[in-house]
Amino acid sequence: MSNIAWMAWTLPTAIFFVLLALTLLTMTYLAAAYPEAERVGILRIPTTRGDRLFISLILAAVIHLLWIGFIGTDSIATLPVGEEAIEVSSLWFATVISFVTAVLVFRTV
Amino acid sequence: MDKTVNQKAWFLVLPVFLIVAFSAVLPLMTVVNYSFQDTFGNNQFFWNGVGWFKELLDPSTDLGSRFFASLWRNLFFSAVILAIEVPLGIIVALSMPRDGWRVAACLVILALPLLIPWNVVGTIWQIFGRPDIGLLGYVLNNIGIEYNYVSNEFDAWATVIVMDVWHWTSLVALLCYAGLKSIPDAYYQAAQIDGASRWAVFTAIQLPKMNRVLLIAVLLRFMDSFMIYTEPFVVTGGGPGNSTTFVSIELVKIALGQFDLGKAAALSLVYNLIIIIVCWVFYTVMTNAGVDRQRTQGAA
Repeated sequence: MSNIAWMAWTLPTAIFFVLLALTLLTMTYLAAAYPEAERVGILRIPTTRGDRLFISLILAAVIHLLWIGFIGTDSIATLPVGEEAIEVSSLWFATVISFVTAVLVFRTV
Repeated sequence: MDKTVNQKAWFLVLPVFLIVAFSAVLPLMTVVNYSFQDTFGNNQFFWNGVGWFKELLDPSTDLGSRFFASLWRNLFFSAVILAIEVPLGIIVALSMPRDGWRVAACLVILALPLLIPWNVVGTIWQIFGRPDIGLLGYVLNNIGIEYNYVSNEFDAWATVIVMDVWHWTSLVALLCYAGLKSIPDAYYQAAQIDGASRWAVFTAIQLPKMNRVLLIAVLLRFMDSFMIYTEPFVVTGGGPGNSTTFVSIELVKIALGQFDLGKAAALSLVYNLIIIIVCWVFYTVMTNAGVDRQRTQGAA
């Protein structure tokens, strides 16, 4: 492990990248198994599933940054898990909004 | 007819995937890891959550004020050089000869600045502008215009902008010239028969035909100027004060000057996000501009 210490892996970032990789793998599998044609949505540009995923991910990043910048990351609840209780940041709202946005993007764009 | 599908070609792309993974994906993952942590060296990291991002997006903190100041400075710089280079490039392209040996001569002269490496361009202008030994600085000071890019903010900005215009207007001009060359003579003859003015020819024939290349020129020049590092770094070093410190210069100062890897990582991710969004918008507009036109033509 010591020779990748410079990469400074942490559990949360590892989970994030694993989820991202799984999403990409799923999308690749879907593209191969169920090929689809481009379609034109509310942006009036032809998009594929991959394009819509890209837009959703970028929007998710922007939504999280806007939330951090304008609303902040105050704790909204404390979960009584383990010895040290886990504080839940209001940033999870941004995550929820991102998921809703992603669903909307996939349905309408 | 069914096409034979052979997926073996993917193996030929494999080396590229490996190289990109090694040179881009792994470093990017590392930057993401750094952006959530703090370090004092020796590969020891401490979890900081979204702390750096909070600081970065809050203009009342040191990091945030530096980020936003350099971001606005950089956007202003990009806007100024686009506002100069695009019209100037069009004018140069319009006044270029259409045939004969002079075309080749013009193309070579225009291409020269593009072939000079960034740091050399910086060095050229750094010496050119010096009041003691530089031709430009010496002449300006001797005809009564006080000019010193080391101590005066306006002079530093003027030098960096003129340098960029000198370096890159050729690119816009060459792209526009290529666009102009693709216009068939029949268009001009028709305009002449109709008695169109020079301005009418420009707005109705030349500008629409240059549409696509202009979009490419704006995209290239915006991205390049938004990521500019070497030239202002060599000429002004970001000074006087912080007046020509653009985002990339600020980023290098934080990452390599202060060795604040967490702050630098958060800044570079936001910087990267802005660039990705702008690229995507430009790319989408570019690839769909032609499609829309075909569609409307098809409907008409």
